Amino acid sequence: MHISNGIIDGPVAAIFAALALAALTACVLRGRRDLDDRLAPMAGLVAAFIFAVQMLNFPIFTAGVSGHLLGGALAAMLVGPWVGALCVAVVLVVQALIFGDGGVAMLGLNITNMALLGTAAAYALIALLLRVLPRTRAGLAVTAFVAATVSVVVASQGFVFEYWLGGTTDLGNNLGGLAGTMAAVHLLIGIGEGLITATTVLTVAKVRPDLVYALRSLRAPAAPAVPVAGGVR
Amino acid sequence: MKNRSWAFLAGGLLVALLLAGVVSNYASSHPDGLDSSLLKGCTVDADDNIVGGSCPAQQARDHELADSPLADYGVRGVRNSFVSTGLSGVLGVLVTFAIGAGGFWLLRRRGGTPTDGDATTPTEVHPATSDDVRRRADAAS
Repeated sequence: MHISNGIIDGPVAAIFAALALAALTACVLRGRRDLDDRLAPMAGLVAAFIFAVQMLNFPIFTAGVSGHLLGGALAAMLVGPWVGALCVAVVLVVQALIFGDGGVAMLGLNITNMALLGTAAAYALIALLLRVLPRTRAGLAVTAFVAATVSVVVASQGFVFEYWLGGTTDLGNNLGGLAGTMAAVHLLIGIGEGLITATTVLTVAKVRPDLVYALRSLRAPAAPAVPVAGGVR
Repeated sequence: MKNRSWAFLAGGLLVALLLAGVVSNYASSHPDGLDSSLLKGCTVDADDNIVGGSCPAQQARDHELADSPLADYGVRGVRNSFVSTGLSGVLGVLVTFAIGAGGFWLLRRRGGTPTDGDATTPTEVHPATSDDVRRRADAAS
């Protein structure tokens, strides 16, 4: 879902670059609370994994169209929303600066859609669904799938909003057409995103449930204040 | 970190390297959802190049760093496309991990406030010390 140069005009791109920078700064400040000696390398792994899976464009039903993982929901499940948004942002920066994927001038727009909107939408759903769904593997899978699918559609509508503000082709009254096309295509891509996210989260939850942030922070019973000095188990 | 965490980290990286280094060659090369939505109004040939009509995608400009040695997920100078794509993927995973893990490590919270609701894994006040404690505990058990 990377926007190429020339698609959105310069001023709007610059505004979103400033917005994205401010939001990422907030993520750094808030995310530091989650980042401990254990989460930091795991967050690096999440970023590297998202980079890898983003290379794997899968075909969708519509002929001649592909999609790939965005990763916001996966990151939110595994390392939380703040660090998760930073993970996706790291991937997008590497792609723009080294792999020529997504214009450098468009980086703020791409970070807004995929790292910020996608992750935020996913986490809102994760927080809701983990509370209402049964605490089973199926509940976890449904949470991951739904959060991931919806996050992709939300991210696609972020682009439509940006295009409404600064698209370089005048669509006249046909912005609704773009919104509909984007939503429909990304619902299909979102199903792929949902399957990948659910599979990955279930795998991690099986091997190392303590490394799934959503399970730690949303499902842990109200913890007694344990004195932590020494870190002895 | 415990050995178990190192093993998980190594395993995860291996999976990422295999996906980016090998499986990436079987990825679809068709335009993604956004690019294809912007092609509406244009006709394209079998290689997805615009051959007629008018659509938003025609406004696209070249990437600032289109001459990057790794541009478009290939390594410049490597003829074999399988190797070129795979190698660029491997490099991308390693660079992303280095920047991500390095950056998050520098940002991490040091000192001891407990993580919210994390009863099973108390935050380590002195990581080195507690590792020593754990190693001794592991050795004893």
